[in-house]
Amino acid sequence: MLNYVLSRLLTFVPTFIGVTLISFAFIRVLPGDPIIVMAGERGLTQERYAELEQQFGFDRPIVVQFWEYLTGVLHGDLGNSFVTKKPVWDEFFALFPATLELSICAMIFAVALGLPAGVIAAVNRGKLYDRTLMSTALVGYSMPIFWWALLLIIVFSGNLQWTPVSGRIDLIYYFPDPTGFMLIDSLASGQKGAFASAVRHLILPTIVLGTIPLAVIARQTRSAMLEVLGEDYIRTARAKGLSPGRINGIHALRNALIPVITVIGLSVGTLLAGAILTETIFSWPGIGKWMVDSIFRRDYPVVQGGLLLIAVMVMVVNLTVDMLYGVINPKIRKR
Amino acid sequence: MFKKRMLASGLLIAAFGASMASAQSLVYCSEGSPEGFDPALFTAGTTFDASSHPIYNRLAEFKVGTTEVIPGLAESWEVSDDGRTVTFNLRKGVKFHSNDSFTPSRDFNADDVIFSFDRQKNDDHPYNKVSGGTWEYFDSMSMPDLIDSIEKVDDYTVKFNLTRPEAPIIANMAMDFASIVSAEYADAMLEAGTPEMLNQAPVGTGPFSFQAYQKDAVIRYLRNDDYWGDPAKVESLIFAITPDASVRYQKVQAGECHVMAYPNPADIQAMQDASDVVVMEQEGLNVGYLAYNTTVAPYDNANVRRALNMAIDKQAIIDVVFQGSGQIAKNPIPPTMWSYDESTVDDEYNPEQAKELLAAEGVEGLDMKIWAMPVQRPYNPNARRMAELMQADFAKIGVNVEIVSYEWGEYLSRSKELDRDGAVLLGWTGDNGDPDNFLAVLLGCDGREASNRAQWCHQPFEDLIQQAKVLPTQEERQPLYEEAQKIFKEQAPWATIAHSVVYMPMRPEVEGYVVHPLGGHIFNQVGLSQ
Repeated sequence: MLNYVLSRLLTFVPTFIGVTLISFAFIRVLPGDPIIVMAGERGLTQERYAELEQQFGFDRPIVVQFWEYLTGVLHGDLGNSFVTKKPVWDEFFALFPATLELSICAMIFAVALGLPAGVIAAVNRGKLYDRTLMSTALVGYSMPIFWWALLLIIVFSGNLQWTPVSGRIDLIYYFPDPTGFMLIDSLASGQKGAFASAVRHLILPTIVLGTIPLAVIARQTRSAMLEVLGEDYIRTARAKGLSPGRINGIHALRNALIPVITVIGLSVGTLLAGAILTETIFSWPGIGKWMVDSIFRRDYPVVQGGLLLIAVMVMVVNLTVDMLYGVINPKIRKR
Repeated sequence: MFKKRMLASGLLIAAFGASMASAQSLVYCSEGSPEGFDPALFTAGTTFDASSHPIYNRLAEFKVGTTEVIPGLAESWEVSDDGRTVTFNLRKGVKFHSNDSFTPSRDFNADDVIFSFDRQKNDDHPYNKVSGGTWEYFDSMSMPDLIDSIEKVDDYTVKFNLTRPEAPIIANMAMDFASIVSAEYADAMLEAGTPEMLNQAPVGTGPFSFQAYQKDAVIRYLRNDDYWGDPAKVESLIFAITPDASVRYQKVQAGECHVMAYPNPADIQAMQDASDVVVMEQEGLNVGYLAYNTTVAPYDNANVRRALNMAIDKQAIIDVVFQGSGQIAKNPIPPTMWSYDESTVDDEYNPEQAKELLAAEGVEGLDMKIWAMPVQRPYNPNARRMAELMQADFAKIGVNVEIVSYEWGEYLSRSKELDRDGAVLLGWTGDNGDPDNFLAVLLGCDGREASNRAQWCHQPFEDLIQQAKVLPTQEERQPLYEEAQKIFKEQAPWATIAHSVVYMPMRPEVEGYVVHPLGGHIFNQVGLSQ
């Protein structure tokens, strides 16, 4: 197992360098000069332009700029935002817990509903339940996130007033946020009603962000289960007279889980992409909106630093998924 | 300090229960996060709403709801006969805010004024490079060239020596970049090795003190009970950062916000019909225009430009692009600005006559480009749509239009080029309520290859605006600007399209809100009736 982990970790190094290069190049390939964008309609003089160019280091050759960026990254310095002038690192870690909290909730929601839904659909293949569930999953998968979010807000927050419209907690609550995770901080604050308010604020964004992964997981679980249910050993288990619950829940599901876990791992990328829209609509202070704003403003340090950190995060998730394969399937870790 | 804040918050909760719409907390649904809290470093209105308006004061202030300049931290000022010296007499007994790491030991005085400007002007100043040190507004208002030196006459008198007489200097002093920061706080932060705190944990003299900020989520302020002017009417002010306009509206309806910024034009009718929302409106201090390149034939001919202007159906643009939230522009300055020439007669929409005029000038089968901005602005919510309408209008007079667009940064730089091919859709939002800020910046000879996108330099016009700039009083300047607007209309370097109308939706319990023509959202004197 140790060798397996080490070999996976080694693949990290070239990927990291590649990601650093791509994140650096990506924003520079886009047309648009950050200094001109910053000055807007007001414009600026040529002297001032030259001064700022020098200040931001754009007057140096691109290779030198990349080298400085790379050495900065290796020293843990991602530079300062052109816009807010604050270190990219500080901004990322101030916003990241909000995205992580929402993503974890959305993933729990998607797995908790998607897995049983897929299993039940497979077991009831071709029946009304199966058809309804799979059509619903298709709708869920195809639905535009912003439309779905606004629909839920109008119905549940506007008409029924069951949930708050947006934000992470009612604004009357004010307490220190050492972890950045609202559920934990609100609980730790001891303020009456704060935790309940945080939970209420999480409901709609969780549903919205979790909808697509839910649909994907349900469909993937169903098809993996169908494949496994046709295997000889399942027939043998049936012949031995094992209960359907034991056959489906243990023998079949465990083997069906590998492709499902792959999908869950890949969904992390989808979650981050979905987080951009979800965060904007629900005024959720996470990294999705931060990245989009920075791309529009050509805030190079934020875009390249943010991309790098997100990529590292996805790499860590994929590594974890790889490890999980090993746990589930001993054949893989021995390979 | 945090305990103190917690106590204050606890009291607020106890006093108002779980309702968002508490009597002493005003919640404003803002459209985005501020870039920071030191207004001199930034240029965005969102930043000024969150920093200069609640937290700071300036030597002079704009009277809310007008572009009139009134005394602020300076009780009065005198301009020398030659117009080259302005002496400000400072207000006494003005207190700066306190925060976790700073308690002021003295009142506001001349040192703070000198510090606030010197850090922007002087490259060697220890604060010149702090927090990126890009003093964009100070530079773009030509302050480095204009201010020769700033002298402390005594603790409560400051003298600005100018390199040339310039009437708008007083209005400039009321602009956000001229906010007065505490020199004592800056020294303390420099000593502590955290000079960037000036931007991150601001200390000012304004009606609200900064309490806390969570990026993309919320900004909190507490009333400054030591404020020198009329104290704020609410105990706390909260900015709930809500980027989506539809969500802002839902929050106002649900009582989660009292006031919201920038509604969707499509929602305004529903808001006006709703019983739980009040919508205030005012013309914005802006202008959207189509600038011809007056250096390139046939657009170097004023008759051709006027003919093209006559072919544009502006009312259709107001209806379709602005969805009613705009008004037709006939002058290059907005109607809320002093010296606006009411007597101007706008070009009549008359495609037939336009066609004849073009034929008379020998222009036939003209192919032209119209540049459509890739971004939304209050003065042009949808430039592509506007360009398409113009394309259809020009087709009626036999002018074939190709619409081009570039990424915003490219658009801004390429549109400045002297030999640019095509007419550019662009606009301007006023900075200081002074006509010079529109007429000289956008149409003056010095602005060519820069902010003067028409590349227009017409001597009779230029002489008028240059004369007006140095005259000391508004009464003396006004006739010159009115005359300049007449020349502008006759020469038609632009097709003036529209001024946006600013809508502010709010809950009925909000009292005392005034829409500010300079575009800021100001809550100093806003209260709640419940």
